[in-house]
Amino acid sequence: MTLEWIFRIVEQYWPMFLRGAGVTLLIALIGTVLGGLIGLLAGIVRTIPTPERGLKKIGLKLINIVLSIYIEFFRGTPMIVQAMVIFYGAALAFGYHMNPIIAGVVIVSINTGAYMAEIVRGGIISVDKGQYEASQAIGMNHIQTMMNVVLPQVIRNILPATGNQFIINIKDTAVLSVISISELFFVTKTIAGNNYRYFEAFFVVCILYFIMTYTITLILRYVERRLDGPDNYVIAANPMDTAEDIKRKTQGM
Amino acid sequence: MEAVIDIQGLSKSFGSHEVLKDINFSVDKGEVVTIIGSSGSGKSTLLRCVNLLEKPSGGKIIFNGENILDNKHDVHQYRRNLGMVFQQFNLFNNHNVLGNCVVGQMKVLKRSKEEAEKIALKYLKVVGMDSFVNAKPRQLSGGQKQRVAIARALSMEPDVMLFDEPTSALDPEMVGEVLRVMKELAGTGLTMMIVTHEMEFAKEVSDRVVFMDKGVIAEEGPPERIFNEPTQERTKEFLKRTLKQ
Ligand SMILES: Nc1ncnc2c1ncn2[C@@H]1O[C@H](COP(=O)(O)OP(=O)(O)O)[C@@H](O)[C@H]1O
Ligand SMILES: [Mg+2]
Repeated sequence: MTLEWIFRIVEQYWPMFLRGAGVTLLIALIGTVLGGLIGLLAGIVRTIPTPERGLKKIGLKLINIVLSIYIEFFRGTPMIVQAMVIFYGAALAFGYHMNPIIAGVVIVSINTGAYMAEIVRGGIISVDKGQYEASQAIGMNHIQTMMNVVLPQVIRNILPATGNQFIINIKDTAVLSVISISELFFVTKTIAGNNYRYFEAFFVVCILYFIMTYTITLILRYVERRLDGPDNYVIAANPMDTAEDIKRKTQGM
Repeated sequence: MEAVIDIQGLSKSFGSHEVLKDINFSVDKGEVVTIIGSSGSGKSTLLRCVNLLEKPSGGKIIFNGENILDNKHDVHQYRRNLGMVFQQFNLFNNHNVLGNCVVGQMKVLKRSKEEAEKIALKYLKVVGMDSFVNAKPRQLSGGQKQRVAIARALSMEPDVMLFDEPTSALDPEMVGEVLRVMKELAGTGLTMMIVTHEMEFAKEVSDRVVFMDKGVIAEEGPPERIFNEPTQERTKEFLKRTLKQ
């Protein structure tokens, strides 16, 4: 009576599932955002043109070596192992257990940051050289060039990869159950164990994971379309209208 | 005549490849100078050295009486005085037409948004692109892109405009609209340095023509003289080759 059990589990445990899903989404979302910021920063630093003068050059080189180690290390080890090392390592170092959810956010963030750093660096490098040259030719410095021309294009271009990372994070938070974070997978294990109904419980959670990831996919597609703007432009009726004029007119004043 | 830019003994090497050798020449205020020469002769490199997109290996560039190649000078500050138009347009992909002409004014020259938009519209009108303020670069034809690129450079109100083969990437039917705009600008007293393969255009707009060959200035002079009675053998050969096409 598998079907019956599925309904019974959903009926009885839906608040637990929801709370688990909430924790999963929370960790994945904050982890992706923080990881995205880490990656953006790391990617920006790694593409700073090498300064000519001595001390700055050495400083930048050192920072780049540290960043490389960080990126390679976190991309080259399983997150489940990183979770154990960081969680129990922190316990050993500071003598107390971190709040597991905070530990989870930290682990997902630095893990995501390592991947995003490479994605951002690739995104920056792939912006056409002409975009930099035109910015420089107009008198912009490196920071102005990055802020006004390059990064807006990079962020648009890495959006699909970031969404992808978010989806990966939703699934991969499951491994955080090893440090007893009550995310969706951990909750499901508990429910399954309490009832000795493994297939049914995990079948339910399988659907739940899919609903979450597919919803994210749809939202991201919508955001991308919005960012690209309309395919056609409007030829301005009165070309001397400034943006202010247009605003005034559309507000009916 | 007062020189805006005076280039003295300029050289440039890429590794061991010496691309520019001992270039001496100056551009006067209001002068239109075209640079001609076969591909690979160093025309682009010269133009790019003038606005320091390439770092010269030696020599001086005197601007407003000062050598901007000594270390004291702020490169970014200097570049504000020069407008550059590229063969590949290089419009900012993340900005619309108006944004392309406004962003530099606001961020570099610190003009207010209102002022920047007013100036941008003025120059977009000059190039005939003022009704396209909302268009994104990808929605424009090559000729339209290049006219916006010209307006973008003009909006910075530079002392000198540099053009590096502005029509070479265009379909033939769009060359005319860009050249027309440039002719108009030449008539306004704007100082211009133009690298071009359009010989008829060069004849018509130039105050002076510079012929480059293998990294040196082989010959220069008024267009009538360079095109009708060149003195150098290599100039004759180049003109014969180009005008035959
Ligand atoms: N970044 C570069 N690195 C190495 N060689 C270059 C570079 N840019 C240009 N060159 C070389 O310099 C020479 C002159 O190039 P360029 O100034 O582009 O000529 P032109 O614009 O007259 O066609 C060519 O031989 C070209 O291969
Ligand atoms: Mg060239």
